[in-house]
Amino acid sequence: ENQAIAVMAGKPVLHYSDCRGRMEAVRWLLAAAGVEFEEKFLKTRDDLERLRNDGSLMFQQVPMVEIDGMKLVQTRAILNYIATKYNLYGKDMKERAIIDMYTEGLMDLDEMVLHQPYLPKEEKEGNLAKIKDKSRNRYFPAYEKVLKSHGQDYLVGNKLSRADVYLVKLLYHVEELDPSVLANFPLLKALRTRVSNLPTVKKFLQPGSQRKPLEDEKCVEEVMKAYI
Amino acid sequence: MEAKPKLYYFQGRGRMESIRWLLAAAGVEFEEEFLETREQYEKLLKDGRLLFDQVPLVEIDGMPLTQSRAILSYLAAKYNLYGKDLKERLRIDMYTDGTLDLMIMIAQAAFKPPKEKEESYALIVKRAKTRYFPVFEKILKDHGEDFLVGNRFSWADIQLLEAILMVEELSAPILSDFPLLQAFKARISNIPTIQKFLQPGSQRKPPPDGHYVEVVRNVLKF
Repeated sequence: ENQAIAVMAGKPVLHYSDCRGRMEAVRWLLAAAGVEFEEKFLKTRDDLERLRNDGSLMFQQVPMVEIDGMKLVQTRAILNYIATKYNLYGKDMKERAIIDMYTEGLMDLDEMVLHQPYLPKEEKEGNLAKIKDKSRNRYFPAYEKVLKSHGQDYLVGNKLSRADVYLVKLLYHVEELDPSVLANFPLLKALRTRVSNLPTVKKFLQPGSQRKPLEDEKCVEEVMKAYI
Repeated sequence: MEAKPKLYYFQGRGRMESIRWLLAAAGVEFEEEFLETREQYEKLLKDGRLLFDQVPLVEIDGMPLTQSRAILSYLAAKYNLYGKDLKERLRIDMYTDGTLDLMIMIAQAAFKPPKEKEESYALIVKRAKTRYFPVFEKILKDHGEDFLVGNRFSWADIQLLEAILMVEELSAPILSDFPLLQAFKARISNIPTIQKFLQPGSQRKPPPDGHYVEVVRNVLKF
């Protein structure tokens, strides 16, 4: 019923489990853009099968976002669409290319991060070490250097873009896994503070928002049962 | 005169092949520098052109672009292969993201030990047959047009052809249940720029072999 109302009101509807996973980047971007959205949580295998059987999932996978009369799949395609629609994708092709380059790097890091809760026990430690190593030695230094090189408030074109939003999401998330990770990245910390103080993001960071907590046992169990 | 794009990568498919396909299909001449030694890679690192210390690297329009998807999106837009509006671009993004996932699985399989490699290939063939190709067959059936999106040649068509040919290398009869994809394959292969790229002597690279894997491992030290 909520879904029908949401569709009528034109709100996007997000289909995913009640966990961060691959949907969290979408939640952050919509929230930063000030776009209200509804969520339909997959809790059981049946929920997933129902979506598959009614042809809602192009490649049989979630995330899926209902928006503007369409059912979008593939996280990148979803994020590209939202970023374009809400002007968070640079002012021209060249800025878009730079934003894409920065975003893809963040996606590579996020791949390691989002899998962490779902790995078997014996693989968790190794993956966490990898996350720490790559964040501290590859990714965060690269973004710190970008900010240092132009001295501007945002990564690209002196304007908030999806790259800033995604970076800030990951700064929070990696810090939850590695509390001292930002010690040597003053410009990243400043960016995070700046973006966090934007009214839309500030709202999203408050308790009670649609932001999801770090995955707990319950989430992992639900996802494993539904998808695996 | 605009400088030719320059591609820096190993002399093999990996994550650069889709970029070669797109440039070739667009009729754009490009140069390549092949990484063969650790020293070459370290020089690239020192020059500061590899944002995350990774290749592919493509120098184009004065930008050192890394991250293959970023490069592909830029090229698709530049050469008018990205649809006419946001909704078409969205569909192209969904389709190419799917086919790219499949091709990356193939590229990664080359680096696995023999048993795992065979398992990967089997999974790839299964995914192609049950998850990806049926979708594209249905898309072509539903609109009855020659191309996947907007009745016009786009990045999505190039990448689907590339994926079809790669999976056929693993399983020759993969298209046996997909008559429209068979026709699509013939049609797209006959586009002059693509036909040229499919000829021997073009810049298209062969499937990864032991030597390729060894070079990559030596250069990247893993």
